[in-house]
Amino acid sequence: MTTTAPPSTGSATAAPAPARHTSDRVRAERRLGWMLAGPAFAVMLLVTAYPIFQAIYDSLFSYRLTDPGNRSFVGLGNYWVVLTDALWWQSFGVTAFITVVTVAVELVLGFALALVMLKALKGLRPILRAAILLPYAIITVVSAFAWQFAFDLTSGFVNSWFAWLPGISAETDWFGQTGTSLLVICLAEIWKTTPFISLLLLAGLAQVPDVLQEAAQVDGATWWQRMRKVTIPNMKAAIMVALLFRTLDAFRVFDSVFIMTAGANGTETVSFLAYRQTIARLEIGLGSAVSVLLFLSVVLIAFGFIKGFKVDLAQARGEK
Amino acid sequence: MSTRERTWWIVAGIGIILYALFPIAWIVSLSFKSASDISNGQFLPTVFTWENYSLILTGDASELFLPALLNSFGICLIATALSCLLAMFAAYAIARLDFPGKKIILSTALAVAIFPVISIVTPLFNLWRQIGLYDTWPGLIIPYLSLTLPISIWTMSAFFREIPWEMEQAAQVDGATTWQAFRKVIVPLAAPGVFTTAIIAFFLAWNDFVYGISLTSTSAARPVPAALGLFSGASQFEDPTGGIAAAAVVVTIPVIILVLFFQRRIVAGLTNGAVKG
Repeated sequence: MTTTAPPSTGSATAAPAPARHTSDRVRAERRLGWMLAGPAFAVMLLVTAYPIFQAIYDSLFSYRLTDPGNRSFVGLGNYWVVLTDALWWQSFGVTAFITVVTVAVELVLGFALALVMLKALKGLRPILRAAILLPYAIITVVSAFAWQFAFDLTSGFVNSWFAWLPGISAETDWFGQTGTSLLVICLAEIWKTTPFISLLLLAGLAQVPDVLQEAAQVDGATWWQRMRKVTIPNMKAAIMVALLFRTLDAFRVFDSVFIMTAGANGTETVSFLAYRQTIARLEIGLGSAVSVLLFLSVVLIAFGFIKGFKVDLAQARGEK
Repeated sequence: MSTRERTWWIVAGIGIILYALFPIAWIVSLSFKSASDISNGQFLPTVFTWENYSLILTGDASELFLPALLNSFGICLIATALSCLLAMFAAYAIARLDFPGKKIILSTALAVAIFPVISIVTPLFNLWRQIGLYDTWPGLIIPYLSLTLPISIWTMSAFFREIPWEMEQAAQVDGATTWQAFRKVIVPLAAPGVFTTAIIAFFLAWNDFVYGISLTSTSAARPVPAALGLFSGASQFEDPTGGIAAAAVVVTIPVIILVLFFQRRIVAGLTNGAVKG
């Protein structure tokens, strides 16, 4: 049994309705749509739009929670303080470094994992899928601890396992300096989030038409040529979406830094700086300014991606 | 496929499994190390011991760990339930009804998903202190909705779009009432999507750290990740490594169970939501 009536709630009127009746129904449908979707929409605005406006407002005041009596309007003064401080630029640099390194490695590694999962034997596939989901689902704090303890001077096994490598000995203190600390932070982040990229790319790979692949193969294209001319162009949208999500996510890095170094040795990220100003030092005004600047950075990255790389989210969602 | 190719794919597959499991195996191994073994520089313990688990479950550290575990479960389940309920109505409307503003709702969800949590926490920290929500369950449940709601709306509307809604009308033509048609036809078709969304939303809430450490101060509401992050040993002179490892294993167990049972659905939900929307 089939019905050609347009999907709607309520009674199933199959006959073509008179114009007035239709417009009534359209209006009723619109109202019902907003009645159902409105609450979720309102909650989303309430939990994000409201706090960011409050943060913008707070950032215009010199305001310490330990000294609330002396709250005074300073205009953009807090932004001036933050942007002329070397600490802000250092944490910005560290955040940008972690973002670029992790996203670049994750993209290559994630693509390799996706290819293996695509081609893996049928019997092996569910096991691989379960394995790759685990790092995604493990909480970041646990992952950070696992990596920290592995490299730690007292509890770690890395120093004794890799003592044969030049520069590594039983006394190598990975968290004693900026470079090595950042290396371990990046490793932990890469381990934790590559699976996410990999799953998105796998979905993208599955959307590449087999016909094209076969045609290219018949024409004598090598594996590498097929990859460059057929596979990658056809999954450009999926790659862009994965890149966008991961870049924005990486730029907010906080948990791993908090656990592994607590911002010591110049490993402070922008998120950590905002946290330290507000929650630890109770400098609401300054902390809000850092929060707003972080928010603006994220918006700029998203905007840059959508404009610069022409990420079409509608197309990525399969709507041609 | 030739034998050589087959061997290659098997080796690559084992590589993936090792990559994914190695850090987990390490934290499990660490959790079974005794105090004297922690610094043995080896991957495995020389003597297998449960002492770290008894420390966090019945010993000195249990006052820190058990309330945090209860907080995490309670807060995450309530936040998941709330966001699923709200997202279910929204996704139904998006998949089923024609109304202006659908795009706005989906774009807002995307914008909220990329929002830096720390930018929300700063003003909330101040506000929650003023209105008495600081260090309470609702004080975490509300901000957790900013984590769980966007992905719930995206994944659920992706699932709901694939439901053949005409079947409901077909059932009505066959004599079922509206409510019967909805309950007997649509609910069973929608349930897997709702359930999958709930699991993904739960993962996100369970993973939270920033809200947890910023908006709580005691065991009244502090969730496990935050308690772990601030755990400094039962006494000043004790190294908390073993206890943290054991606690890390305990909070990972629910996640592993969910992944093992529902991996196919979770993958479908994640990729549908992000790639198909």
